[in-house]
Amino acid sequence: MGKSTVTTKDDAHALFHSLRAAYSATPTNLKIIDLYVMFAVFTALIQVGYMAIVGSFPFNSFLSGVLSCVGTAVLAVCLRIQVNKENKEFKDLPPERAFADFVLCNLVLHLVIMNFLG
Amino acid sequence: MAASTDTTAATPSSTLRHASGNILAFFILLLIGVLAFSIRLFSVIKYESVIHEFDPYFNYRVTQFLTKSGVYDFWNWFDDRTWYPLGRVIGGTVYPGLTLTAGTMWKVLQMLNIPLSVETVCVFTAPVFSAFAAWATYLLTKEVKGIGAGLTAAVLLAMVPSYISRSVAGSYDNEAVAIFALIFTFYLYIKTLNTGSLFYATLNSMAYFYMVCSWGGYTFIINLIPMHVLLCIVTGRYSPRLYIAYAPLVVLGTLMAALVPVVGFNAVMTSEHFASFLVFIIIHVVALAYYIKGILSPKMFKVAVTLVVSVGLVVCCAVVAVLIAVVASSPTKGWSGRSLSLLDPTYASKYIPIIASVSEHQPPTWPSYFMDINILAFLVPAGIIACFSPLSDASSFVILYIVMSAYFSGVMVRLMLVFAPAACIMSGIALSEAFDVFTRSIKFYAFQAVDTVSASTVSPQNNVVETDKKEDVLKERPSRKNKKKEKETVEKPLKKSETEKRPLILPVEASAIALFLTVLLGAFYVVHSVWAAAEAYSAPSIVLTSHTRGGLHVFDDFREAYAWLSHNTHVDDKVASWWDYGYQTTAMANRTVIVDNNTWNNTHIATVGTAMSSPEKAAWEIFNSLDVKYVLVVFGGLVGYSSDDINKFLWMVRIGGGVFPHIKEPDYLRDGQYRIDSQATPTMLNSLMYKLSYFRFVETDGGKGYDRVRGTEIGKKHFKLTHFEEVFTTHHWMVRIYKLKPQRNRIRGKTKKSRSSKTSSTKTRTITKKNPWH
Repeated sequence: MGKSTVTTKDDAHALFHSLRAAYSATPTNLKIIDLYVMFAVFTALIQVGYMAIVGSFPFNSFLSGVLSCVGTAVLAVCLRIQVNKENKEFKDLPPERAFADFVLCNLVLHLVIMNFLG
Repeated sequence: MAASTDTTAATPSSTLRHASGNILAFFILLLIGVLAFSIRLFSVIKYESVIHEFDPYFNYRVTQFLTKSGVYDFWNWFDDRTWYPLGRVIGGTVYPGLTLTAGTMWKVLQMLNIPLSVETVCVFTAPVFSAFAAWATYLLTKEVKGIGAGLTAAVLLAMVPSYISRSVAGSYDNEAVAIFALIFTFYLYIKTLNTGSLFYATLNSMAYFYMVCSWGGYTFIINLIPMHVLLCIVTGRYSPRLYIAYAPLVVLGTLMAALVPVVGFNAVMTSEHFASFLVFIIIHVVALAYYIKGILSPKMFKVAVTLVVSVGLVVCCAVVAVLIAVVASSPTKGWSGRSLSLLDPTYASKYIPIIASVSEHQPPTWPSYFMDINILAFLVPAGIIACFSPLSDASSFVILYIVMSAYFSGVMVRLMLVFAPAACIMSGIALSEAFDVFTRSIKFYAFQAVDTVSASTVSPQNNVVETDKKEDVLKERPSRKNKKKEKETVEKPLKKSETEKRPLILPVEASAIALFLTVLLGAFYVVHSVWAAAEAYSAPSIVLTSHTRGGLHVFDDFREAYAWLSHNTHVDDKVASWWDYGYQTTAMANRTVIVDNNTWNNTHIATVGTAMSSPEKAAWEIFNSLDVKYVLVVFGGLVGYSSDDINKFLWMVRIGGGVFPHIKEPDYLRDGQYRIDSQATPTMLNSLMYKLSYFRFVETDGGKGYDRVRGTEIGKKHFKLTHFEEVFTTHHWMVRIYKLKPQRNRIRGKTKKSRSSKTSSTKTRTITKKNPWH
């Protein structure tokens, strides 16, 4: 029992290190996107926490708040997938085009959010 | 379809060939649109340009209101002319897609100085959108299997009888635009899946929004797409494109669906939508796993998996348990009645008579499959097989689509409509593959005969490759994309097409005969579709015709009755009838009704049902309490119109008895049989419905009283009405209108003081509007 926990601990350490090493190799622009995604998810979590404490009374406001964060995160992940050089599938897609799509999608998202917020 | 590949292969230059092929495809599509539009005009030619049936009248009325008062009034419209005295919030309870579409079309036409009436626009909305649906089918099938299959599928869809039945000119119902929206949403999903473009993902969620606006059937989309995503993940076909196609759709789609008032918070609260959220979570986990797998070495990844699995399993179990507990604690398990009757076909007939009473909610019979999709039923399996070679993300989606829709169409006749496009796509694929093989083998032999051995060895090879060019370029796009990593040379597809081609060469005689038979099969389909469009599905059901020896006979009783109501009754009078005729009464007669086809209040309908099943006096009291002035019954006994109120009467009893237990179904049945002849029960013979239907009926055929629908003489022939008086009966007796006699005749001045004053005032009003029939 004790031995197994030790090995898992070691494994976890090794895993953590290799993850960190692998991640540090990612280009800066992807890291920025990652930060953005983390921020969006974090904001969504704060809102969910607030909802748990205070209640979800203006439900559309809560919904639009959380979904705008989730949506932003999802779209940023999509952008990250598209501009990632590692992804061979999106080699043909220039990053400018990917970003334009991203902006368009965000515009639509936030138009909907603004409509729904009221 | 085959023609395009033939002619395009003949031209020498590849760019020129592509161009001419595209032009040809464009014109074929144009013709398909014309075909889809014009095959639906039989109803206008044979009858006239009218709105059909029941629900379209309501949609027409809403559109009229929309064009008259604008969008904002439409959203806030509280309709006090229906469901009296409750009224109905129209803006918040309709799917606005259809009316907004038709309203926009009308407005655009007005701006272009084309003065069409709202009715005309409404009548032709469905044919126009079926042309759009055919084009959307082309796009969808093109994404799956290439242009040839796309064109074939579009032709098939343009005239599939199942779809025609819901989209003939005048059938102004939600399905008319919803099928287009459905196919187009699927197309954009596939397109996003194939390209991985966020732009198409945005368009996809907008198309989904339009679908949500149009039809309650949008739940089919929001369940089918997650299922496909899950299928892809389980079969190991996850790709970043899948994530881009799905994740934005869920977020944007949910938000947009919540914008539609009739859906509102249901988009996140009911379990029809939970599947999409669950898969949304799953795809994120999977995406993360794939990402980590990409950046870690295989050995470290294995370690990570064991770690995550051991921890995650516990958390997962807890979450799922909580979720199940929450869902199970709600009484209907969070599902609405209509969806539950999809999963459990017997649910509706057991618990909700009002759903079961609608004929389009019944399961279909086998002949109706043959009637509605005809030869497609045989071609579908071939199409499924063709989809498996090679299996791409797109073709797996189409397979899933047909399997699911086949199940749902088996539960509810109405959903045959969702099944028909899938069947068309599959059959289109099958037919085009068949044509492909046959023409190719014929061409191969023809080529061999013409071309001697001395001819250059390069050119035949080129030609052979060119024959396959489109399929290779288009249909194997997703699969080729995966292979791009390994080999990007032109050699590979070239060789592949050659090896693939060899077993597909059939003997020339066999392929010629098979080609002929396939064309013949298609011809049968066309003949059947035209027949279905002309004869079976074009009847507007408010104008009936019958062929007799004397020629064509027209029964225009419904409009006669509604016109009588609108001309001879006060504008605020309330008309009671069974709910089927509610929409028509409000739209055509402009009179307030008690219940209508939007069956939102079961109790109210049960009240009317109870009144219809009660004896005259009790019925009078119920109707009087509802302020009813006129009672309308539909009676087909004279001319043999079988869907009349007497045939629907048992449903009134059932629905009424469901709420008011003193109405018992066995009282109306003699030994379990429903009859109206001399063996009928006294409850039946004394019920209001019986009396209103058969009042003075004996006078029509000299004392016999022979009912042509039921095929018997009626049980009780001579009777007088005490609380109702007949005010109007149409030419063929199909609609009979009765007026409630004023209260003065029967009250002996004991109670109901307040009511007597009210009746006296109404009485003076009716006197001033004395109708000419008395």
